[in-house]
Amino acid sequence: MSQHALLEIHNLSIRFRTGHGAVEAVKNVSFSLKEGSTLAIVGESGSGKSVTALSLTRLLPMPPAEFVGGDILFAGESVPAMAPDRLRAIRGGGIAYIFQEPSTSLNPVYTIRSQIAEAIRLHRPEVKDVDAEIVRCLNTVGIVNPEKRMHDYPHQLSGGMQQRAMIAMALSCKPRLLVADEPTTALDVTIQAQILAELRRLRRDLNMALILITHNIAIIGGLCDRIAVMFRGEIVEYGDTESVLRNPQHPYTKALIACVPKLGAKEKRMKTIDYSWLNSR
Amino acid sequence: MTAAPPLPSRNATASSGPGRRSLARFRKNPVGVTAAAIVGLLFLVALVTGIGACFGVYFPYDPNATNLAQKLRAPDAAHWLGTDNLGRDVLSRLLNGSYISLTVGFIAVAVSLSIGVAVGAVSGYLGGWVDNVLMRIVDAILCFPTFFLILTAVALLGPSIINIIVIIGLVSWTGTARLVRAEFLTLRESEYVRAARTLGQRSPAIIFRHILPNAAAPIIVTAVIGIPDAILTEAGLSFLGFGVQPPQATWGNIISDGKTYFLDAWWLIVFPGLAIFVAALSFYLAGDALRQAAESRSERK
Amino acid sequence: MVTFIIRRLLISTVLLFLISVVSFFIITLTPGSPYPWGELNPKISPQVKEAFKKKFHLDRPLYEQYWLNMKGLFSGTLTSIKDDRPVLDRIGERLPATVRLNVLAIVISLTFGLLLGVYAARHAGTLPDLLTSILAFVFIALPGFWVSNLIVIGLVKFTDAPILGTQTYGTDFPNLVSLWLDQFWHLALPAMVLSIGGIAVQSRYIRASMLETLREDYIRTARAKGLGDDVIFYKHALRNSIRPLITGIGGLLPALIGGSVIIETIFAYPGLGRLGYEAVLERDYPTLVALNFIVAALVLLGNLISDLLYAVVDPRVRLE
Repeated sequence: MSQHALLEIHNLSIRFRTGHGAVEAVKNVSFSLKEGSTLAIVGESGSGKSVTALSLTRLLPMPPAEFVGGDILFAGESVPAMAPDRLRAIRGGGIAYIFQEPSTSLNPVYTIRSQIAEAIRLHRPEVKDVDAEIVRCLNTVGIVNPEKRMHDYPHQLSGGMQQRAMIAMALSCKPRLLVADEPTTALDVTIQAQILAELRRLRRDLNMALILITHNIAIIGGLCDRIAVMFRGEIVEYGDTESVLRNPQHPYTKALIACVPKLGAKEKRMKTIDYSWLNSR
Repeated sequence: MTAAPPLPSRNATASSGPGRRSLARFRKNPVGVTAAAIVGLLFLVALVTGIGACFGVYFPYDPNATNLAQKLRAPDAAHWLGTDNLGRDVLSRLLNGSYISLTVGFIAVAVSLSIGVAVGAVSGYLGGWVDNVLMRIVDAILCFPTFFLILTAVALLGPSIINIIVIIGLVSWTGTARLVRAEFLTLRESEYVRAARTLGQRSPAIIFRHILPNAAAPIIVTAVIGIPDAILTEAGLSFLGFGVQPPQATWGNIISDGKTYFLDAWWLIVFPGLAIFVAALSFYLAGDALRQAAESRSERK
Repeated sequence: MVTFIIRRLLISTVLLFLISVVSFFIITLTPGSPYPWGELNPKISPQVKEAFKKKFHLDRPLYEQYWLNMKGLFSGTLTSIKDDRPVLDRIGERLPATVRLNVLAIVISLTFGLLLGVYAARHAGTLPDLLTSILAFVFIALPGFWVSNLIVIGLVKFTDAPILGTQTYGTDFPNLVSLWLDQFWHLALPAMVLSIGGIAVQSRYIRASMLETLREDYIRTARAKGLGDDVIFYKHALRNSIRPLITGIGGLLPALIGGSVIIETIFAYPGLGRLGYEAVLERDYPTLVALNFIVAALVLLGNLISDLLYAVVDPRVRLE
């Protein structure tokens, strides 16, 4: 049984042209993702993790950003070479996104219902009863009273509910891969836990592939099969979550793990990331 | 759009200041550069004719020299832009009027800028009820049709150059005030103002050394765009007879004088109007190009 | 929503008061004789002067004058110095014409401003955008009186078309429709000239607003959903960018009325602008006070309406 990789990234390099010259945002990044599996991309700000994620469907603004080299293969098709209509079909229908700030990621002048219906009509025109489908999606993500809630405007929902609504919208297109870019960073801790639990459940129930992008290595436990650690545009460590977390090879990974505060620990000061290893490169 | 923040470069370039960068960007804009060139030309002309007028030197003819035998002549070799109903050469009057128009424009803007910056700074920095009161006053003034208010005031106080300048300035400061206030409100809470405060700097110092330099760009742009507004207002006033009085020529009153003869002497209307139009357009385009150059600085992260 | 309205009404009342004070004091504090004749004119006997003073309350202290003026204004008894008729009557006569002119000018400004601005934003960064921007500045730089004059001269010289006033003088109109058409023709030209500046300003606002909206996160979401550029632009971005258009109405009104002074004079259109000009020439203070006040009050009303419209367009305000 050959499990074709759903997503394959080969030596991807992306550069940004700024007023100060070109910035190498992503350098020679390679990884792959099988159907139904999950990958965590962990790194600090500026590591290139978001840029990598957005490049999967060419969501980066192409004037400042440029593909320098490498390839992105989604179900065997090369994304950089895709025709515009095919790309638009993949967006949402093949790869769906949820973003960091749910409050600004939803259009404030349209109802939840209208925004989800738009997605369904675009990617699943065969659906006859769109409203019923919307209710079903909202239910799936744990929103109570969806028949009433769907007529609300985004600002009427709490942060956690907005994020759930975004997840529902992403799922309504039945994507094969969900990319979650820092989905819980803007939410408070208790809601964070809920959303993560939701993602865990969805992934199990729908057998959907998931890429979770975060700077917080502590949240990926139990959720992601593999982990890629990025630093300054490069992947410094890549492998099964268990083995990486238990036995980190790269000094940066070690530093990241060490920073996670442990309950009951007796240290008085929180650890920061130690960059001393940079000097020895 | 999440763009990767630039990597911290080891040898951080002591980059040219924001002013110089904006200037470089401005230079690349062909429209802006042409407009600025025209503005420069206008300046030169105004300066030269203004100085000349002080010494009684005029080009090509004395703008006030009447010559009834030559009245209402169409543009020809002797009078490139024709003559008016008193035989005065239109070109000379146009050139002579240029320094009036530009002077009024400039000083009026200077007045309005001073008031606007002061009010905006106080309002934005102090906040609270001071801000509220000042902004209500701004709102009230904005309800008045500016030109009508200016016309009323000038008509009642007498149309001298000083009056016109001061009145235009007194009525148009509101835009600057709002802008400056907005800048102050955002910058007041910014990191480096907080840092300055924690370091013990006192308020006036904070205002001048930290906030104003950042607010400088939009203020300059407003000033450049305010000049053609003032020029157009002055022209309008002159046209109605409430601007600078004859026999002193201004672009507006050449048209006003020529109103009665317009059916036969189109040049009395077309040329001065063209002058006003070109001057105003150049200032506007130059100002807009400046604004674009300055803005892109703050957009790049 | 109700609290919003109440708050706006309260602020508006305060502003109205400020406006009345400002308009009164501007006019009475200026030097110069308040009499329509010279101070030292020997032909006018002291008794006439006294009677005049009494009638227009010029012998009372300023704050009393203010109060009396305002009272007269609101009760309709304030009379004009010029022809002794109640000021409100004179204003009332010209108000409908002014309203028609300004409303038409606003409609033209908003419509074409929107079209031009959206077009520029859609093609941002390309030559059409640059040209539209320059066009906008050309509009703003054109002196209203120059354009009006050129139009009037042009029409008079090259055609027989009548333009001055609100309808063609001395013509009998066979039916209502031809009357209306004629009136509309007389209304349209000054309205178009009046709206030139407004078109330019609105188009710049819309363009800037659209470009800013396109940088928002929810546009990125729309793209990530696979929506096409046109849908994103016209459905998602446009609706969020209309706001400056609506709040812009508030700023448009005073500009229009101010600009109409000149344009009404040139086109001999009997509106408030022209009334104001005549009052200034005649030093008719009561009329000026009343005019300034009423115009500013109308503008205030316009602002209030645009605030309410804002609430309609933005659900976030509506449901507070």
